[in-house]
Amino acid sequence: MNAIVDFLGGDIVVTAIVKTVVAFAALLLTTLIVVWAERKVIADMQARIGPNRWGPYGILQTLADGIKLFFKEDFRPRTADKWTFALAPVLAMVPSLLAFAIVPIGDHITIGDRRIDLIVADLNIGILYFLAMGSIGVYGVVLAGWASGSKYPLLGGIRASAQMISYEIALGLSLVPVVLAAGSLSTVDIVAAQAGSVSNVSFFNGVPVLEQIAELFSFVPNWYIWSQWPAFFIFLIAGIAETNRAPFDLPEAETELIAGFHTEYSGIRFALFFLGEYVHVVIISAMAVTLFFGGWGGPKPDFLPWIWPIGWFVFKTGLFVYLFVWLRATMPRLRYDRLMWLGWKRLIPASLVWIMVTAVVNTEGVSRNARLVVFGILFVIVLFWLGKGDPRLTGAVTPQRRRVHGPS
Amino acid sequence: MNIEVVVFGVSFVVALGSSIAMLFAKNAVHVALFLVAAQVALALTFLLQGAYFIAAVQIIVYAGAIMVLFLFVVMLLGVDRREALIEPLSGQRTIAVGLGALLAAEIVYVAVKGTEFVIGGRGEDALVTINEDPGNVKALARALFSDYLLPFEATSVLLVVAIVGVMVLARRMGHEGFLRETTEDEGSEGAETDAEVPA
Amino acid sequence: MTTGPTVEPVDASEVARRAQHEAEESFGESEPRLDTEEMILNVGPQHPATHGVFRLLATIDGEKLIHAEPIIGYMHRGYEKLVEQRDYRQITNLVSRMDWLSGINNELPLALALEKLMEIEVPPRATYLRVAMAEMNRILNHLMFFASFGAELGAITPTFYAFREREDIQLALEMATGGRMHFGFFRPGGLKEDVPAGFFDQALKGVRQVIERLNQYEDLLIGNEIFKQRTIDVGVLEKEVAYSYGVSGPIARGSDIDFDVRKDDPYLSYEDFDFEVCSAPNGDCFDRFWVLVHEVAESAKIVEQAIEGMPSGPIMGKVPRVVQAPKGEVYVRTENPLGELGMYLISDGDRTPYRLKIRTPSYSNVSALSHVLKDTYVSDMIAILGSFFFVLGDIDR
Repeated sequence: MNAIVDFLGGDIVVTAIVKTVVAFAALLLTTLIVVWAERKVIADMQARIGPNRWGPYGILQTLADGIKLFFKEDFRPRTADKWTFALAPVLAMVPSLLAFAIVPIGDHITIGDRRIDLIVADLNIGILYFLAMGSIGVYGVVLAGWASGSKYPLLGGIRASAQMISYEIALGLSLVPVVLAAGSLSTVDIVAAQAGSVSNVSFFNGVPVLEQIAELFSFVPNWYIWSQWPAFFIFLIAGIAETNRAPFDLPEAETELIAGFHTEYSGIRFALFFLGEYVHVVIISAMAVTLFFGGWGGPKPDFLPWIWPIGWFVFKTGLFVYLFVWLRATMPRLRYDRLMWLGWKRLIPASLVWIMVTAVVNTEGVSRNARLVVFGILFVIVLFWLGKGDPRLTGAVTPQRRRVHGPS
Repeated sequence: MNIEVVVFGVSFVVALGSSIAMLFAKNAVHVALFLVAAQVALALTFLLQGAYFIAAVQIIVYAGAIMVLFLFVVMLLGVDRREALIEPLSGQRTIAVGLGALLAAEIVYVAVKGTEFVIGGRGEDALVTINEDPGNVKALARALFSDYLLPFEATSVLLVVAIVGVMVLARRMGHEGFLRETTEDEGSEGAETDAEVPA
Repeated sequence: MTTGPTVEPVDASEVARRAQHEAEESFGESEPRLDTEEMILNVGPQHPATHGVFRLLATIDGEKLIHAEPIIGYMHRGYEKLVEQRDYRQITNLVSRMDWLSGINNELPLALALEKLMEIEVPPRATYLRVAMAEMNRILNHLMFFASFGAELGAITPTFYAFREREDIQLALEMATGGRMHFGFFRPGGLKEDVPAGFFDQALKGVRQVIERLNQYEDLLIGNEIFKQRTIDVGVLEKEVAYSYGVSGPIARGSDIDFDVRKDDPYLSYEDFDFEVCSAPNGDCFDRFWVLVHEVAESAKIVEQAIEGMPSGPIMGKVPRVVQAPKGEVYVRTENPLGELGMYLISDGDRTPYRLKIRTPSYSNVSALSHVLKDTYVSDMIAILGSFFFVLGDIDR
């Protein structure tokens, strides 16, 4: 036993391995529940009942589906590229799972005299790691589209690669202001920077009215959603696009491209794509919570103090997963060129502007007037942007005529 | 013998093996994939060295962005064998052999000189100490934006020039219908129906 | 564009492209250009957006649709020949299966044609019931297309709402006829039987619910920004083109053709009712869909008026025991939910028609597709297909 521990590099590595296994199992379980919850919630929104056969409220439905997919024939078209075809589902699933390593799901627990942080790995490049995993995730979709050797998947794959590359840029840029504000790339530090109350922040200090207003809201937690809301919205939109879900589900648009990049996949390989998508949803939700909603932060009663942070984290993440589901039930699908337009002409410029603003305002020793000027300019830009909008939408309400003619 | 050695060995074998496989693979997409594998393995060795930032950037930039674009182009345009064998630059092979030999010589030189040559001559444990005190990213940022500011800015100017060049070229193609979605103003419908589509 | 490992590009265009490329190279002065290859994509016969075995032979360049050719005939059942072998009672049930979403509206012109030829007087109660049921059927049909159009644009929820609304009206029709799709209820001279007790209540309930909830659906789908982006100025069918292809129904009215058989050539008792003909000026997907949704409200109004003013009396005129049309020809047209449905009946005095030419709306409407689909995006293609409300059985018969 000791020899193995030594071989692995001591206690730390063993702890890490245990954490990894636990996180992996927990994430898969969460995904199963999320799939079920989505079906239930969407069913409710659509005046249906949803799964209700297996287990109480049909909660075992996902498991049953998984078992069915596992035993299904694993079909591969004759024209497919054998190895790439097999590799793609794995590449779609694994990076999403790996990305979970840097999400802090709670504070820490103490077993014996050992302090265990509730995060798989507190990397000092945490955010970059998250982006790296996201960029690897593109391969799964692109290769699936290409390797199927069929036309609809190819179209889906091309759409996917264009979409994911474009929105990855916006996603990465939207994280920069947060990193600037927190002064660290580590997710643990970012969560720590969001502890405390809004009034602790010296952001508005010296600005007459805003200062007093900030004082009034001393009960509000100091989450980045308040100071970094533009970054949050960019992150959210880009994050939804990264997961290829409605309204950005063009790569798998079922009425256009049958099922897009995974048209030719069946059985367990399809299940990997399916799971990968939902893991991705959970990851984006968890990252949104970590970066903008204080992570595991929240009121912490004395009773079982270590379980509350986990509870808060799960609760907040659940709200975001609900948002994903809600959007899927509500939105039609964007068109390809509109998607590109939104990504390149709106999100990326917006995030660049916001990086500048954060960089200027966050620098030490910026005077009150400088801050006011920055806010003024920002205000004008936002007004201009809102007023301009999409040329085709401002005149969007087409004049309609109804005519009465007939008997008399 | 511990796990680090094992990880290093695996990534070493993967990097070398996929680099060689890349040379002999026939399918353009497979070539790109082997290149990706080599880059990820390289990132892993960076990680083992304690160079976290470079490892992350290696994956984000090379594996995540550049290679995906390669794949995109290969998928979209299709490099068939006939075109691939045309060499637009004459004497390309001779130059390649020369440059390769130069690179090999550099590697040998660095290996012989040892670690003092790297990391400003601060010795084997330099990265470990840096990682502990200001932190990997901070140290790198400080170096980039103070000592090496000029080369850094020069590089970014170079990239901007490249981007502008691409834009100009793409614009000109735009009249024939290529890349219209991203270059046309607001992606307006009217202009698209007018444009002639290449046969 | 290469498609995966072994799918080959289009040969002819490939050869042409190479030749052109080499020609350009030999001149040495050509503009630098990127070579793109076109790909032929078969949309259908099995495709989720085509509502059945409809095939679109699309030539695409990336996301762009260069040319599209609708190919029909996968469902041809030879009805026009078949009816020559069947007597008139049997034909009623055959034509009901042409446009399976609006069975009652298909039976109507046949009944009208026979009544005209045999000079049968139809009692007013039967006429009013016919109007009410035809309009209920129209609501069913339009709600179905409301559902499918939303689904095609990626909005999955409207489908279920529309089906919920359909159910009450569907129930009313089921009470009267016993069928949910193929009713077989209209006979030459009147109806099969009188409607049961409770039919009017059920029908009014369903219709009023539709009127009440229609606003919500407008907000949900028509008011959606993405929906507008997907449909406005997409797939414009110009007025002149619509005329030249003989397009009719909501699609024509969406292209500013203000024509509705119910108003312009009234049949049954449509003169008695107060309703409007919806039309919209732009001819794009949005206008077609707008017309469709607003026609639901108008139909609901007609149903309400018909039920409120329902006369009492017999439901069957004086019809001989054996339906046998006298020698002659007659053309009858009615406003089917999808457009103008015409039946040209030639009888040589036998129990079966000598010839029954059926002019179905979907057939003419779909023929305009190729014009509209030119130079659009792949996603637009789906929006356009969805907004060309067609039923495969109605095209192929």
